[in-house]
Amino acid sequence: MGALTIRRGREAALIEEVHEDVLQYLTFQLSGETYAIGILSIKEILEYTTLTQVPLMPAFIRGVMNLRGAVVPVIDLAVRFGRNETGVSRRTCVVIIEVANEEMPQYIGILVDVVHEVLAIRAADIEPPPQFGSRIRVDFISGMARVDNRFVVLLDVEKVLSVEEMATLSAMNGSEMADLREAEV
Amino acid sequence: MNLDAAKQTFLEEARELLEDMERILLDVEATDTTDEQLNALFRAMHTIKGSAGLFGMDEIVHFTHEAENVVDLLRGGHLALSEDLSGLLLRCHDHVKAMLAVVDDKAMQQDMLKTSLLDELRHYAQPAAVADSDSPAQAGVPEQGGLRDWVMSLRFNEDVLRNGMDPCAFFRYLRLLGEFLIVQPVLCRLPQAERFDPESCYLRFELLFSSDASQQMLLDVFEFVREDSQIHIFPVGEAAVHWPQLIAHADEAEQAAVRQAWQALGLNPDASATAAPEPAAPVAKTAEKTSDKADKPAANVAEVKPPRASESRFIKVEAAKLDSLINLIGELVIAGAAANLMARRSAQSALVESTIAIANLIEQIRAGTLSMRMVQIGDIFSRFPRVVRDVSKELGKSIQLNVSGADTELDKSMVDKLGDPLMHIVRNAMDHGIESSEARLAAGKPAEGNVWLNAYHESGSVVIEVADDGAGLRKEKILTKAVANGLVAADSVMPDGDIYKLIFEPGFSTAEQVTNISGRGVGMDVVRRSIEQLRGTIDIDSAPGEGTTFRIRLPLTLAIIDGFLVSVGNATFVIPLETVIECIELPPDALQGDAHNCLNLRGEVLPLLGLNRFLELGQPHAKRQNVVVVRYGDSKAGLVVDELLGEFQTVIKPLGNLFRHLRAISGSTILGSGEVALILDVPSLIHFATSQEAERFASHAEHAQQRGGHGNH
Repeated sequence: MGALTIRRGREAALIEEVHEDVLQYLTFQLSGETYAIGILSIKEILEYTTLTQVPLMPAFIRGVMNLRGAVVPVIDLAVRFGRNETGVSRRTCVVIIEVANEEMPQYIGILVDVVHEVLAIRAADIEPPPQFGSRIRVDFISGMARVDNRFVVLLDVEKVLSVEEMATLSAMNGSEMADLREAEV
Repeated sequence: MNLDAAKQTFLEEARELLEDMERILLDVEATDTTDEQLNALFRAMHTIKGSAGLFGMDEIVHFTHEAENVVDLLRGGHLALSEDLSGLLLRCHDHVKAMLAVVDDKAMQQDMLKTSLLDELRHYAQPAAVADSDSPAQAGVPEQGGLRDWVMSLRFNEDVLRNGMDPCAFFRYLRLLGEFLIVQPVLCRLPQAERFDPESCYLRFELLFSSDASQQMLLDVFEFVREDSQIHIFPVGEAAVHWPQLIAHADEAEQAAVRQAWQALGLNPDASATAAPEPAAPVAKTAEKTSDKADKPAANVAEVKPPRASESRFIKVEAAKLDSLINLIGELVIAGAAANLMARRSAQSALVESTIAIANLIEQIRAGTLSMRMVQIGDIFSRFPRVVRDVSKELGKSIQLNVSGADTELDKSMVDKLGDPLMHIVRNAMDHGIESSEARLAAGKPAEGNVWLNAYHESGSVVIEVADDGAGLRKEKILTKAVANGLVAADSVMPDGDIYKLIFEPGFSTAEQVTNISGRGVGMDVVRRSIEQLRGTIDIDSAPGEGTTFRIRLPLTLAIIDGFLVSVGNATFVIPLETVIECIELPPDALQGDAHNCLNLRGEVLPLLGLNRFLELGQPHAKRQNVVVVRYGDSKAGLVVDELLGEFQTVIKPLGNLFRHLRAISGSTILGSGEVALILDVPSLIHFATSQEAERFASHAEHAQQRGGHGNH
């Protein structure tokens, strides 16, 4: 048993040595498509729990959740990509991602349908994002990874979860609401 | 011993001393000086000089030395503290502060030493030099040019090195004050080589030193070691008298060694030992008739100096440590609430009781911890006398500052952030509010203008007022300017308060003249923003010709609030308890028909705000609804909710940047169940409800027309 562990340890070391340009990605499914995010920015993966809905916010902000005492916003990526709202099923997960922010890193959760696996993808297998034809905004894509003869979309986390952009969006949303309400009066 | 840490302590101490100095200087401008104050001034300069010397900051030593000379003359009554002089000392205070700020930059410090302040200081010190020279004469020891020979007996404690003091530093520093004549080491304490501890100091010195400094000044050099070392300094003439005192604690070997050293110095200790009252040594002759006078300084030596009483009563704690403690207490509050919830569910009364006992304790701890963070607002108010003094001089106006409520407490983090906005408002009041003396006289007001700073607590918030008795805000001018800037429509009718608030718009200034104090129109918007960041509001009252009052209203603390828990459908919200006045059941017919509702609350019209509809929660209508009557400032509103869940103590968790545009929610908190609840921003809700109400009255007909469209939301 002891020998086995040692051998495993050696193998792991070997693998790391050989594939220096290999990065690991978490793949997950979102409204029928497979996406991947570099695992370095992923803090943890949690089972879906009831979220607290924050009123007057755009639909892609599903709400906030309690992450061991910190309040973390949860984003519905499907809505952000212009699809329908993600339904909640038994396999729905929240992936907590660390996003660089002005002062300190902020945690943001994203709602995904199913979490698949962690893939090691060689840099050589990553193609630049297509000019057009992709089903989400091009600047959200950091690259297309070839995995088993199909393409997996690698998301640019900084862009997809840009706090700045999302805050601006919700501000517009809010002022629209205010306008509406004003008109109503 | 960490030198950096010691240096940090020094800088901190110096800063406090300088603050003291400033306060005293400003105080004495108003009243006469007391000895106590002058001594404190002297101590400030002197201690900074002494400590700076220890750290080898020669430039600061040099500068403070000159200042100290002048203060010393003041203390001795040879100089009077005129307005000029206190002005000069204030500038010296600034200069020392500036020098301390660049303590690591030698070149910069060298540059700063080339200041005209030194000449001014010397100018003051000069005429008094004559007087200075006869003070030693009074002390009874005639010496040419004020130079005297001193015997120093320096018996350092073994621990001085471990305490971060290097005896060499004292010698280096002494060299600045005078000249070493003979130095005799006393080596009797030196142990055998194998027992020698390199971190201990075994050296003792007996020496002759020539200097024009006073005994106190020389003793003060050793201020930091005096407590645990034996430091004795006497004029040569009196040395023999003090011999018995000197060797009182020494063992025989040491006595012998010291005696030997003294003989090498040319002193004869035994002369007095045999005939203590009658000084027999030839040098001691002159001391005879002055011995009772000289006894006094000697007595001072024994007592060291008056202890700084206030310092020991406080413990300095790093702010970060306190913050993390408060965070932990916040978690404790949440965990305590959770435990209480579980206990109640279990329906075991003993368990419930014990959790309640714990909750009480937590409450006390919470209150205690929070009060640690509370500081008196006087901390910022104390900056203003200086500012008012300087600015009024600069403006050529005569302005009196009146401070009250300086003992009102609020959160330290807020105090830190309040300084700048307050400063801005005060400067504005002085520059634009208060008229020139001529204009004031013409208006039939006293020539001297007044600025008031006041702070007090009011229903869970702190109110800070900055008032002046100047010309007041000119409504028409503000309106004209606002119309010109396109901020409001030309024909708009606004309440006075709203017009005044226009001055908080970016780029808004009605001053014809831009002075270097204010008037550029940047700033007032920054003021408002910084107040809003503290979850506060700012209001303006003004009467033409009578003055203007800025009223800043701030929450007591930023970390924890007492909340009132309500639910709308399955959404839970927290309303800050201090804003809640009462809760009533919503009469069943109140919400019928008219969607913009008012309630008749004991004859008062209470605008209602349905949270479900306003926050677009889309929850089904509950059968029974309640109204929470909330207040902020002078306005009231009723929030329509489904269920009242009671009081709840809660830690505010910021929602973060993503939600910064959200006006109706001020933060979030975690309930005992682990769920997140949102904290309602009552001021903005009330604002919305009341403005909605006002508009309803304004355009009733229009509103009736549009009523049909409500179902959509």
